[in-house]
Amino acid sequence: MSSPHLSPLVRGAREDNDRVPGTPRRGSGFLDEPFRLGTTPSATVGPYLAIGLTWPDGPHAVAEGTPGAIWLRGRVFDGNGDLVPDAMVETWQADPDGRFAHPDDPRGAVTVPGFRGFARSDTVDGGAYAVCTLKPGPVPDGAGGWQAPHVDVSVFARGLLDRLVTRIYFADEAEANAADPLLSALPDDDARRTLIAQPGEDGYVLDLHLQDCAAKGMVETVFLAV
Amino acid sequence: MLPRYGREPESSRTPLAFPGYRSTALRAPLRTPVDLPHRLTEVTGPVLGEDRVTAADADLTLRMGGEAQGQRIIVFGRVLDSDGRPVPHALVEVWQANAAGRYRHVVDNWPAPLDPHFDGLGRVVTDALGRYEFTTIKPGAYPWGNHHNAWRPAHIHFSLFGTAFTQRLVTQMYFPDDPLFGQDPIFNAIPPTARHRAISRFDLERTQDNWALAFQWDVVLRGADQTPFETDDDGDVA
Repeated sequence: MSSPHLSPLVRGAREDNDRVPGTPRRGSGFLDEPFRLGTTPSATVGPYLAIGLTWPDGPHAVAEGTPGAIWLRGRVFDGNGDLVPDAMVETWQADPDGRFAHPDDPRGAVTVPGFRGFARSDTVDGGAYAVCTLKPGPVPDGAGGWQAPHVDVSVFARGLLDRLVTRIYFADEAEANAADPLLSALPDDDARRTLIAQPGEDGYVLDLHLQDCAAKGMVETVFLAV
Repeated sequence: MLPRYGREPESSRTPLAFPGYRSTALRAPLRTPVDLPHRLTEVTGPVLGEDRVTAADADLTLRMGGEAQGQRIIVFGRVLDSDGRPVPHALVEVWQANAAGRYRHVVDNWPAPLDPHFDGLGRVVTDALGRYEFTTIKPGAYPWGNHHNAWRPAHIHFSLFGTAFTQRLVTQMYFPDDPLFGQDPIFNAIPPTARHRAISRFDLERTQDNWALAFQWDVVLRGADQTPFETDDDGDVA
């Protein structure tokens, strides 16, 4: 009865089966596995992303001048160690109290009015991204512990058939970083270093490397599977 | 308990690297990504709705004081998650080439005409049932430098947020029966079992007499795993 040509709805079904409760019969509509639609496959954002994805307030998770506002800055490099001037970097993060501007955060609304938590920046300016935001607070890890302050990052570009996901942590949070479940799970300091932003002139700086470039001493950023 | 967003099997997900698409060679990461369990940051996401769109954003055929050239079409469908639930009040951003296959963008120097009344940008928000609809012109195919005589099939770029960071999706919608599919590495990077999900369907019912053709395309984002049923001693679902 089982055949690769049958839909999952009738796999293991028998046409004469109307006797055994809880087992499928062909044509009964009985589901032998949870209902699931296939997700739409991703595609590259292409070279013309600026047409569709540019917002005047894109880089601003908070308005400039908000007390505590910082800039997260960095550049995006490819496997030749060349700058990538047609990428887009998006950030999503908690507010300084560790809360999310989202109805599913059980702890309630963010405490900073106007804080969007989200920003996007293209890298048209010489391969550099920049977003204006607030430094996030620590976030519960769901198991009674804490995650160090972090920002979730998506990277899109021509030549990337799906988005890349990574995180930005902060160098001046050494104690929290040492206890962070993701950072602790990484194999070594070289890997951890690719996720930790260093203090800069008006905030923090972290370059993203899509691949290793040994000739220029560049190490591929740790990317994450979500 | 936080939701967990299921991951599409690798056999029906677009891979990051695809040799036929040359630009992936220096850009697709070479190391295996590290698993990030879904915690609060991943199951939340930006809430972007009506305040980011205007009514005019849903009609790409009327821009800069005039009508765009080309075949007028209505593109519509639903945004769902993989559990079949609609994704309501979610921002959908689209962009595309004009009828001649030219983008209004500084790096597109293909010598096809720009259309003074087409900028190629649309934005809509799904309704309470996850439905979206916009009016545009059918984009043209265009050549690109990937290989000798390479042409992109007609497509519209889509960007969707859903309601969680895990659901973020950027993709391209194609038109039925395009003769250019066979030679396009971006289309063919999609595993064969999932390619049909990227192709819209012509819908005669939704065409408008003396006005526009219609194409339907549903977008499916990752769904939150349902909490497993707990059973009592009798084996009944509690």
